[in-house]
Amino acid sequence: MSSLKLKKNKVGDSRSLTRGRKTGRIGAVNEEEIKSTPLCEKHKELGAKMTPFAGWLMPVQYTGILEEHHSVRNACGVFDISHMGQFHVHGEGATEWLNGMFTNNLHKLTDGVGQYSMMLNERGGVIDDLIVYRLAAEDYFIVVNASMIDEDFAWLGAHKPAGVVLENLSADYVGLAVQGPKCEEVFAGMCPGKSLPERNGIRKIEVDGDELILCRTGYTGENGFEMFCPAAQGVKWFEKVMASGAKPCGLGARDSLRLEMCYSLNGSDLSPEKTPLEAGLSWCCDLSKDFIGVETLRNQKENGRPTALVAIEYTGKGAPPRHGYAVQLPDGTPLGELCSGVLSPTLGKGIAMAYVPIQHGKVGTEVQVMVRGKAVPAQIVKKPFLKK
Amino acid sequence: MSTVPQDNKYSSEHEWVSPAADGVVTIGITDFAQSELGDVVYVDLPEVGSTFAAGDAIGAVESVKAASDVYTPVSGEIVEVNEELGNEPGTVNKDAFGSGWICKIRLSAPDELDGLMDAAAYSDFCK
Repeated sequence: MSSLKLKKNKVGDSRSLTRGRKTGRIGAVNEEEIKSTPLCEKHKELGAKMTPFAGWLMPVQYTGILEEHHSVRNACGVFDISHMGQFHVHGEGATEWLNGMFTNNLHKLTDGVGQYSMMLNERGGVIDDLIVYRLAAEDYFIVVNASMIDEDFAWLGAHKPAGVVLENLSADYVGLAVQGPKCEEVFAGMCPGKSLPERNGIRKIEVDGDELILCRTGYTGENGFEMFCPAAQGVKWFEKVMASGAKPCGLGARDSLRLEMCYSLNGSDLSPEKTPLEAGLSWCCDLSKDFIGVETLRNQKENGRPTALVAIEYTGKGAPPRHGYAVQLPDGTPLGELCSGVLSPTLGKGIAMAYVPIQHGKVGTEVQVMVRGKAVPAQIVKKPFLKK
Repeated sequence: MSTVPQDNKYSSEHEWVSPAADGVVTIGITDFAQSELGDVVYVDLPEVGSTFAAGDAIGAVESVKAASDVYTPVSGEIVEVNEELGNEPGTVNKDAFGSGWICKIRLSAPDELDGLMDAAAYSDFCK
């Protein structure tokens, strides 16, 4: 889960980038309207190329997307995720209320464990995907997408019963995602004698007088953790993570890493017009309980989904697939548009996801991706692209 | 940013044009352009024999995150393309002014070269 809204922010959009290069500055916008994280100056000092994303000025790369991508697959990288949102929900009735707001079943959680979940609108479309951690009985820590903080908070606030407390702590934390096979060595270097929580777990520890919230999750498909520290101490912890061996990585690598794993990006792969069943995320929807949007999901389960988000892999050579490119059958029948696409740095071929009519969504279906008028042969494949 | 070769001409779209030899120039994107783009993973080359007017998009250079059109600063016919970029697109990053060249064009209006920036003007343009 994350908030890479590459299209909205004009990265990955060939026309706007053409313009960007013509004016000599890719992604240049009015920086006054843009928020920056407490690590912004540090990113610039490290030589990052900064780009507006989800309303934030974020590093898209430091030394290069390919190098950063491979460093996460083979060693360890660190991403600034301070733009993401954190909510604290607690009080009598919190569990029952949130269970009616989210698709996954909170009763499956024990203290210190989290789960991926979705918040839907009344039509069963996705408002946001998120991770909800149970800190204690009736006490939850929720991590949401950067672009959705205000909307999520308003939606939750509008449905919240008296007695339950909902707090937006997003500005209080600097978030760092430490990802890669060497993440445990990095952690041992920066927090000697401490231990990470188990997969999907959450743990608060105190180091150097700072409270750190450790979450054993990620958005790359690698072993990793996300940590949230007090915003004022953010630069210090970012430096500690790097000094312990993690390479700073930008949003570019974050996007290619997550797409190789078919992890959905809200705003690209998830939308208020598509249900989690269409997105292939039924595993985090418990239809035996009631929650906002459940009727549509039950109906789709009973009568079928109109579309499915499928994984598309190039079988021939061609320019990299990108958001918005048309996908069609070899006979020219239009199927839809790519939600996400990239030239996979690990696999060396084009990979993409698109919603296609359910009758054309079978694994093995031959399709074509249209790039500047040329048809690139591709095939619908089993998710994820990268088998680990 | 590496030195901007003195003998070339430059466009505001960050292409370079070599001096003409027998009426043929070599075209590429500048080091500034490759640096802004990041890792180049794909180059769309024009077809040999096709003709273009100055300002036409003749191909594209794509990084992981961005696709960027390549415009020819001069009019003419494509006489050769750098096929090596099909296997090694990263050459554009490594040697933008040399082995990362895109194509060669036979000039149909050699005077167009006079309308382009020289190295000093282009260096200022990038500041």
